[in-house]
Amino acid sequence: MNAAEVLRFALRGLTANKVRSALTMLGILIGVAAVILLVAVGQGASRSIQDNIQRLGANSLTITPSTSGGGFGGGGGGGGFVRIAQGGGRGDQQNSGPRTQAKDLTVDDARALADPANAPSVKSVSPVVTAQNQAATYEGASHSIAQLVGTYPSYFEASNKPVVSGTYFYNDDVLSARKVVVIGHTVAQDLFGTASPLGKQINVAGVPFTVVGVLKEAGSSGFQDADDVAIAPLPAVQQSLTGFGPLGQILVEAKTADAVDAAQAEATQVLNQRHGITGTASADYRILNPATLQETVSAATGTFTVLLAAVAAISLLVGGIGITNIMLVTVTERTREIGIRKAIGAPRGAILGQFLAEATMLSLVGGLAGTLIAVVGAQFTIAGIEPVIVPMSIVLALGVSVAIGLFFGSYPANRAAKLRPIEALRFE
Amino acid sequence: MTDGKPPVLDLRDITKVYGSGETAVHALRGVSLTVDRGDYVAIMGASGSGKSTLMNIVGCLDIPSGGRYLLDGTDVGALDEYQQAIVRNRKLGFVFQSFNLIPRMSALSNVELPLAYGGVKAGERRRRALAALDQVGLAARVGHQPNELSGGQQQRVAVARALVTAPTLLLADEPTGALDSKSSQDVMGIFDRLGASGRTIVVITHEEEVASHAKRVIRLMDGHVVEDVRTSPVGGLPPRLAEVAS
Repeated sequence: MNAAEVLRFALRGLTANKVRSALTMLGILIGVAAVILLVAVGQGASRSIQDNIQRLGANSLTITPSTSGGGFGGGGGGGGFVRIAQGGGRGDQQNSGPRTQAKDLTVDDARALADPANAPSVKSVSPVVTAQNQAATYEGASHSIAQLVGTYPSYFEASNKPVVSGTYFYNDDVLSARKVVVIGHTVAQDLFGTASPLGKQINVAGVPFTVVGVLKEAGSSGFQDADDVAIAPLPAVQQSLTGFGPLGQILVEAKTADAVDAAQAEATQVLNQRHGITGTASADYRILNPATLQETVSAATGTFTVLLAAVAAISLLVGGIGITNIMLVTVTERTREIGIRKAIGAPRGAILGQFLAEATMLSLVGGLAGTLIAVVGAQFTIAGIEPVIVPMSIVLALGVSVAIGLFFGSYPANRAAKLRPIEALRFE
Repeated sequence: MTDGKPPVLDLRDITKVYGSGETAVHALRGVSLTVDRGDYVAIMGASGSGKSTLMNIVGCLDIPSGGRYLLDGTDVGALDEYQQAIVRNRKLGFVFQSFNLIPRMSALSNVELPLAYGGVKAGERRRRALAALDQVGLAARVGHQPNELSGGQQQRVAVARALVTAPTLLLADEPTGALDSKSSQDVMGIFDRLGASGRTIVVITHEEEVASHAKRVIRLMDGHVVEDVRTSPVGGLPPRLAEVAS
């Protein structure tokens, strides 16, 4: 009684009841396909989020003013002064406790951050003001620019926004507050169609700006169209649109990817000093570090993937129970056959092997088919996510499906092998 | 024990009790019996006489409650489960009343099965199985499945399966019980020829007609042997063939 013989008997047992075997396999198939595919979707989602973060500029820190966080101010000059949330964009936050007087981000802050003595890891600093939804017109065509950014030329590099045609604007333009603008792809298309926008003059809220360049198409990221932007020199935007108020944010680019954390520490120190923030007080600004953001996001998507895999694993378990169920039915149904086999001298091991092989074959064939379906399914985009197959998940799912066959098959197989021949033969 | 070998069957005071206490049923109350090599024995008895229990014990399908049982000199009671399986495979051949072929397997595969469990190689297995089927006159039907064969043919396949391992003892339990008279004659004819060629056969039956084929007839009643009649010598021809010969 060799292994090939056992497999032959098992195959014969399975083909005797094709529909039943196929349905049992379906349970395992769905489980395995679900595990592989859902892990692939989780992986794909994680990768696309990582790409989006990467697109923000990997070496850049974004400093924004912060009005959140209560906490008691430590006996500062303006103790008890309640800072009411101000400005349209921040109206959703309420402060209930006293705190130190929060200072806005200013161009002077930016200048201090750019000082190599204070912040040696910083490569460039770009102060940013943003005007939302500005109406732009050009010869009758009009478009509402979602974000009009006023900044310095270093912004282009720090925020990873290369120009595809035309040029950037230069420090000269900033110093003399020239009304020039670099527009995003969407803006160029809406206002100019196929014509070249370079050198043309557009009106933004009634103020004429000359287009000097067009940004490379970035593609939409999430809900926001990253191409619906226009970038102009900081003073030009302040003069004509936002006024010389506080900055919306400061973009700090570190010298290298490794220096990002050091740059963050330096920026924190500089800003704490300038804003008079001591130990217990909460900062009135926030530094967004894409590296930490990436870590947080990958931790979150990791949890998400584990959750998906757990749900899929449950369906695999249900498939395994299906195998036990069907094998129990098979054993009962074939009790007499088992009796005959024992009467003509089948040892216990042969019977055990036959039924174990049947169960394992069910789960292995189901598992292979499930893998095939998952691999095919992963070629399609699912819910806007391109799944990325994790090879480990295939190995794991197949291994688990074989283990399920052995584990869930062993109870019925044992029952068959333990039958006394006389009782099995009498069974009707 | 003419040739110095141990008897094929040596039962010593075998008892079998089903259940316990007040509901205990004594199926066998001390049966002692020896069957020599080459003998052809019919065990007769009405239903409830214990003949089926005796058959199950002789066939190593059931264990006796008491007494010793030597099969071809081996004490079967001392064997473990695995060794018992080997004994069933090598020394015993079964023919059942209800044929007990495995469904959805061809006649050839059914006959090959005991050899497969015995570890015989595929080519040798096929050759011996075909020879056994030829012996029972079914060489033309080796590819048929049991449900494509008549009752008589199925029983002949079962006989071939019992013979294929060249067992020490051929055990038949009411082999004609489910057959018409023509098929019964065919099957009993095969048994007669086997008996003539010196194979040891034990047939369990309640039909006088079947018992009249045997060289020795043992009657059981209420778990005891009540009669033991020899109609032909152990080494001779079975009575039916002897009639034809004379």
